[in-house]
Amino acid sequence: MIRFTQTSKRYEGGYDALSNISFHIEPGEMAFVTGHSGAGKSTLLKLIALLERPTRGQVLVNGQNLSRIKRRQIPYFRRNIGIIFQDHQLLFDRTVFDNVALPLIIAGYTRAEIGRRVRAALDKVGLLGKEKKYPITLSGGEQQRVGIARAVVHKPLLLLADEPTGNLDPDLSREIMHIFREFSQVGVTVLVASHDLELIREMQTRQIILHQGQLADDGSGVEYGQ
Amino acid sequence: MDRGLNMVNEATSRRNREGASSTGRPGLLTLINSYFVRHAQTLFYSLGQLLRAPFSMLMTAAVIGIALALPAGMHQLLQNAQLLSGKLDDATQISLFLKKAVTEQQARELTHKLGNMPEIGRVRLITREQALEEFKQNAGFGDALRALDENPLPHVIVINPALQHTDAAAGRKLLERLQGMIQVDAAQLDVEWIKRLYAILEIIKRGVWILAALLGMAVLLVVGNTIRLAIQNRRDEIVVIKLIGGTDAFIRRPFLYTGFWYGLFGALIAFTLVNIALYLLSDPVRQLGELYHNPVSLTRMNLETSAYLLGAGILLGLGGSWLAVGRHLRDIEPR
Repeated sequence: MIRFTQTSKRYEGGYDALSNISFHIEPGEMAFVTGHSGAGKSTLLKLIALLERPTRGQVLVNGQNLSRIKRRQIPYFRRNIGIIFQDHQLLFDRTVFDNVALPLIIAGYTRAEIGRRVRAALDKVGLLGKEKKYPITLSGGEQQRVGIARAVVHKPLLLLADEPTGNLDPDLSREIMHIFREFSQVGVTVLVASHDLELIREMQTRQIILHQGQLADDGSGVEYGQ
Repeated sequence: MDRGLNMVNEATSRRNREGASSTGRPGLLTLINSYFVRHAQTLFYSLGQLLRAPFSMLMTAAVIGIALALPAGMHQLLQNAQLLSGKLDDATQISLFLKKAVTEQQARELTHKLGNMPEIGRVRLITREQALEEFKQNAGFGDALRALDENPLPHVIVINPALQHTDAAAGRKLLERLQGMIQVDAAQLDVEWIKRLYAILEIIKRGVWILAALLGMAVLLVVGNTIRLAIQNRRDEIVVIKLIGGTDAFIRRPFLYTGFWYGLFGALIAFTLVNIALYLLSDPVRQLGELYHNPVSLTRMNLETSAYLLGAGILLGLGGSWLAVGRHLRDIEPR
């Protein structure tokens, strides 16, 4: 589903965020990207979501070479990915329903279908009944779950999460991680960047460990150094 | 065509496995249909957004309205002036001043004879007594005239050439013939001042166009700047929409419609302002007309001019927002 081949990212000013990274994630797999802050976790996710382009090497997502996707095609590519952010990135002037509906509105779904799917997504994250509320009235954990509902409402094949539990207490974090696991169990590829090592150990899932932009360890060992 | 097609195909087949009834993936017809529905939704959504802050919206619309009202109002006045000068044109007149020796009876006979000439449309005799009366009443010469022993004024025959003889050359020919008559002391054809009036109107007309162009640019800038601020205010929203796959067109649309509404409201305000101004001017203009024995009234904006005004407003609104959106949306990229 995701394949990095000797991929490097150097930012302007000569800072190497990632150097010579290679790994492969199978469809339906769930994996963590870990490492200290500044190790390159976010950059790695940004390359997959085409928020950044690699300086060298290749990134393939679902068999598609991202370097061949032109700027104008990026929106259509991103519609197949669900992205979850540490700071939720919700729109505070819209209701929970409208926030979650946004990806469907963009893709041009019918009104009836939007209602059905939004409620299904909210049900999945346990927020059914809060659809008319505004995000500001919700707790941090609930806001993050709205973010997850928005990321999965259009049934993406790939779910990316950047520090999704960064601001949450351990119980809420565990809950969120289990939601991710449920998605991976129904065939969604899930890639989570996190430095919550305790929780990751608990999840017993593959870890891609970055250290100063280099691949320090890959929990599965497969494909490494190809 | 490699824009995520693999993924879409896989997603579709996955959904098909889930069962056709639950796919809801929009078909082509639905997409076309929902395209128009979405446009309509965005149109009214952007209106709703504007009406959330009615005061600031009205302020901007009023600036646009005033900028549009100036050239529109001047254009309307100019049209009135042209209408009026057109009336003056039919009223090309020849004044025949008869010799002192001509009696009133002879003057009446001459008037009758002239009235039968094919080149001449209408004739009117102003006898010296009538002329004197008129002078006393209107011109404020009453006292001066009373001091005179006798009436110094001649009989005058006012001639309107027949319509086909109103042009300058025909007028001049007629004038020469009339001057040759023995009863006539002097004949006077006054067309020069109308020519001058036309020249002046032409200059004013050009001036109005220049003004319209400048103020049109001002409207573009006002709308552009307003939209630029709106884009900055909604930066977070734009970033989120880009992150979840919104195309540039999708993001652009509400801003373009906002520009559309500004233009429309501005034009409506301009329309109202111009008509109020015309209403305020109509009474004095009518009085002026009465002084010239010529009933004139200001014409209001007709349907065509109003449509042009609305169209210009909307185009400038869309144009301004297009400029702003083109310049500023590209700068906002998720990081």
